Amino acid sequence: MKALARLYVALIIFFLYAPVLVMIFFSFNESSSVWVFTGFSFDWYTGLATDVTMLNALKHTLIVAVLSAVISTVLGTAAAVGITALRNKFSKKIIMSVTQIPMMNADIVTGISLMLLFIFIGKLLGLRESLGFLTVLTAHITFNLPYVILSVLPKLRQTDASLREAALDLGCTPLQAFFKVIMPAISTGIITGFIMAFTLSLDDFVISYFTCGHYQTLPIIIYNMTKKSVTPDTYALSTIIFACVFALLIMYNMLQTKSESKKAAKAQP
Amino acid sequence: MKNENIVELKGISVAFGGEKVLDDFNLEIKDKEFVTLLGPSGCGKTTTLRLIAGFLEPDGGDVIFEGRRINDLPGYKRHVNTIFQRYALFPHLNVYENVAFGLRIKKLPEKEIKAKVTEMLALVNLSGLEKRNIDTLSGGQQQRVAIARAIANHPRVLLLDEPLAALDLKLRKDMQKELKKMQEQLGITFIFVTHDQEEALTMSDRVVVMNNGKIQQVGTPQDIYNEPLNAFVADFIGESNIVDGKMLRDFYVEFSGQRFDCLDKGFEPDEPVDVVVRPEDVDIVAPDKGMLTGVVTSVAFLGVHYEIIVDIGGFKWMIQTTDEHFEGDRVGLYIEPDAIHIMKKSEYSGLYGDYSSYSEEIDHLSDADYGEEDGGE
Repeated sequence: MKALARLYVALIIFFLYAPVLVMIFFSFNESSSVWVFTGFSFDWYTGLATDVTMLNALKHTLIVAVLSAVISTVLGTAAAVGITALRNKFSKKIIMSVTQIPMMNADIVTGISLMLLFIFIGKLLGLRESLGFLTVLTAHITFNLPYVILSVLPKLRQTDASLREAALDLGCTPLQAFFKVIMPAISTGIITGFIMAFTLSLDDFVISYFTCGHYQTLPIIIYNMTKKSVTPDTYALSTIIFACVFALLIMYNMLQTKSESKKAAKAQP
Repeated sequence: MKNENIVELKGISVAFGGEKVLDDFNLEIKDKEFVTLLGPSGCGKTTTLRLIAGFLEPDGGDVIFEGRRINDLPGYKRHVNTIFQRYALFPHLNVYENVAFGLRIKKLPEKEIKAKVTEMLALVNLSGLEKRNIDTLSGGQQQRVAIARAIANHPRVLLLDEPLAALDLKLRKDMQKELKKMQEQLGITFIFVTHDQEEALTMSDRVVVMNNGKIQQVGTPQDIYNEPLNAFVADFIGESNIVDGKMLRDFYVEFSGQRFDCLDKGFEPDEPVDVVVRPEDVDIVAPDKGMLTGVVTSVAFLGVHYEIIVDIGGFKWMIQTTDEHFEGDRVGLYIEPDAIHIMKKSEYSGLYGDYSSYSEEIDHLSDADYGEEDGGE
């Protein structure tokens, strides 16, 4: 029975990670064959580094990821503070549901509806090209926001309400009280929210596809590459993205366990 | 020219969601006074404190500080500091930085801050713990940090919201003495909120007994204990037997079917009154020598004395005595004139002071209720 359970787990892990491992493996293949490993090489990686389209797309991706993560973290934290301060339980519930809908919504619906909206506004303003950097950034901020809010909210809920009053009592203005007392107390929530937002933005394809116009990001370039023929430089690129996301996820988990063990330590008498 | 009241509350009313928490509330607090707001949970005592601290604006009435109306002045501009029930220390700062917090906000020079923090930590006996993390401190130590943090700012008034509630009995008694000493030494007005009547009596210059958002009585601890104004105060402060009586004339009262000499006057002839007799003021004598006689229905040994319940004509009296008695004993009660206190009838008449449903278990349960947080919002 136990052996069976182990086998089951092993199979799950195999099916989850085998494709990625195969891809990583072939990204180091000397030839472009996808079934024969002819020799080890970094050629596909060095090839990437000289590919201008690719580097441009990488630049776009990073700019959008960093900016959308920063902006959605600021907006999301402010929103979470506002939601926590709401006294009316009914409006609190409504705002929470409205916040969560974009998370549940299918990416393709979000992407198409955002595209329609952007084109509509573009036409209103008489722009020749409505889609571009600003629209893809706005779209990313939109789908990042709920994740930031949801990672900051529980931290705020755990924070003793009298901490803020204590800060005001000692002479802080409400703004000072936030930066000097509340923010340190919810910092892990803010950081995890930021990492979540950054990761989501980094590997988003569907919504970017509809909203980016000529400002193409990496996932879209990869998609376009595979339309012609699948070459190992795609594997190399995907491997890099996988490594980045993997590293971010590990960071995210470490932060979470850290704040949890801190809580556990506090619970001990 | 100088008004010696440092804080005045005039005609204050506060309601949360249509429920009145304070109703036409008036209180004057003198400079350098130690005033305690005492009452059960939900009586409005914490709300009163929050009004003075500036965390709450009254719906009606005025909050006056040193003769100036401060209703709209936000808390961070008031010369008032608070010690919170659960201390509210800043967990991301160490002991030193917690105490220095208010001084840094005021942008004092680093040297001055250092001198002040050192002085404050010495005052609360925490010298040497500057670098310690808040999490590593015991409850009593955290309490001391909270005190040091508040008084480092030289408040004119210090507000204390049940600061000792979380400490164990021994520590609580020590802190009571220390706080009182500190208050005299620093010359700061203390406004102290508690549901613990003993704490209120030991520490205060003046006690304000509250219930249902109204002041029941204001006075020195002795006044409150010896001359309670109504059945609520008599019952809340210490133990009391409260029986219906009739004031026959000045210095002469009838209750429990007998007539007694007493020290009270100024009532209408034959006016119905509440009569208070404290359990420790009753002497137990032989049945034939007693002014009242009854049967012992329960006995509890409390260490210092026995607490016995005596049934007199269906009304159960509580009596504290150092002599042992047994259930079923027939005893006589002897009551001196100065042990009898007469009160006017009030809305609380008949609600308190009968020990017929008394059991220790029930008493402890109701104590636990008082430990709940005050109905702040």
